[in-house]
Amino acid sequence: MHLDHNHTHDGPPAVSADAHRPDGRRRALRIGLGGPVGSGKTATVAALCKALRDELSLAVVTNDIYTREDAEFLLREAVLPPERITAVETGACPHTAIRDDISANLEAVEDLEDEIGPLDLILVESGGDNLTATFSKGLVDAQIFVIDVAGGDDIPRKGGPGVTTADLLVVNKTDLAPHVGSDLGRMAADAKAQRAELPVVFQSLRAEGGVKDVAEWVRGQLAAWVA
Amino acid sequence: MSRAALLVLADGRFPAGGHAHSGGAEAAVKAGRVSGAGSLEEFCRGRLHTAGLVAASLAAGAVLGLDPVELDGAADARTPSPALRTAARRLGRQLMRAARATWPSAELDALAREFPKGAHQPVVLGLAARAAGLGAEDAAYCAVYESVSGPASATVRLLSLDPFDATGVLARLAPDLDRVAHQAVEAARCALVNGVDALPAASAPLLEISAEVHAAWPVRLFAS
Ligand SMILES: Nc1nc2c(ncn2[C@@H]2O[C@H](COP(=O)(O)OP(=O)(O)O)[C@@H](O)[C@H]2O)c(=O)[nH]1
Ligand SMILES: [Mg+2]
Repeated sequence: MHLDHNHTHDGPPAVSADAHRPDGRRRALRIGLGGPVGSGKTATVAALCKALRDELSLAVVTNDIYTREDAEFLLREAVLPPERITAVETGACPHTAIRDDISANLEAVEDLEDEIGPLDLILVESGGDNLTATFSKGLVDAQIFVIDVAGGDDIPRKGGPGVTTADLLVVNKTDLAPHVGSDLGRMAADAKAQRAELPVVFQSLRAEGGVKDVAEWVRGQLAAWVA
Repeated sequence: MSRAALLVLADGRFPAGGHAHSGGAEAAVKAGRVSGAGSLEEFCRGRLHTAGLVAASLAAGAVLGLDPVELDGAADARTPSPALRTAARRLGRQLMRAARATWPSAELDALAREFPKGAHQPVVLGLAARAAGLGAEDAAYCAVYESVSGPASATVRLLSLDPFDATGVLARLAPDLDRVAHQAVEAARCALVNGVDALPAASAPLLEISAEVHAAWPVRLFAS
């Protein structure tokens, strides 16, 4: 082989979940947002960006199913400068791209840090298909599962890997509960039964407070990451 | 050498990013050129004897010890479509990550350092096979099989084609796969003596052209 072994830049890119980048610096904390289509993942990402962008250096990776719609929504809303938003193409299988074969997503998070410098936080939104889709530990350090009250108030009772094991369960669109006849008390009790001590947040992005509790949880994750 | 290592490398579930690519099938389906098992088989046969042969000879050449940087240049020269060059490098980078985690090797590390944004996938495939203790023929088999299995599984998703029909297509192509893999290894051995210019340069103009068209679609399921 005639490859140059004494290249000027540091070692080859990291392989997977290594907490440090090739240059020795700590990489960004990576938080995944999964959950069914339409539950409010992109809206939550947008709200988190607005809430955190003044105190943190952050970026977003979206995994759209067949368009760049989520990325374009975030660009249109101008929640972050365009170079901080990247879309990954998932080949009709969004759960594969976040769980079974995470290479394209890993590349996206690494490229973001290569191109815009050290980041504190990268949010990775899944394309969202079903209740079983969870993020690989090789891709994210923590994951949020977003469901909504309009998807049926029996979802927490049915459980599934997202509802049961996500580091944070968000029950979104509580403003709609009276209109769709969802019983929030029952959802909370079912979630508690499925998740024991794992946290659950009920939120409405249309109401006062909005994403406040989730943003607070993210700050806590970040504090633990850099500790 | 371990024969089982070949199964690991050739497994469609090997996490190297292939699932997001259709090998040109998405464009061919949209254009009506692939509409069922019969036309899928013709599409795959065409791809096998062109892009498949070239990829397999590059992979075999890397296993035999041809300079990977020269092989990468040879791959560029044999890939007129910029969209396909980009896809090949992206897939090469993803395979590199998976291979380095699976079969750590100084050669793979060196290639990753040389091409931080990815070398052409078949070149990485060859070095991955080498790192796994496999031979030139094994790498060629992986490449030819990938050249048809990618479009076949994408077509199952795109057309809701009966998966048994798609698998039947692959089985019927098996004798062709044997022949092309063999041809690729012969060509790679010849290139050891005569240089990388001796590698096959078969091309499929329609694959190249439709890859450019596909890359410009605003809405698509697959990255290529
Ligand atoms: N009423 C209500 N609508 C919401 C809320 N959060 C999101 N939405 C709306 O729900 C729809 C789907 O949200 P989106 O974030 O795109 O869902 P995703 O598919 O999970 O990313 C959009 O029209 C949002 O504006 C909420 O808290 N209350
Ligand atoms: Mg979304």
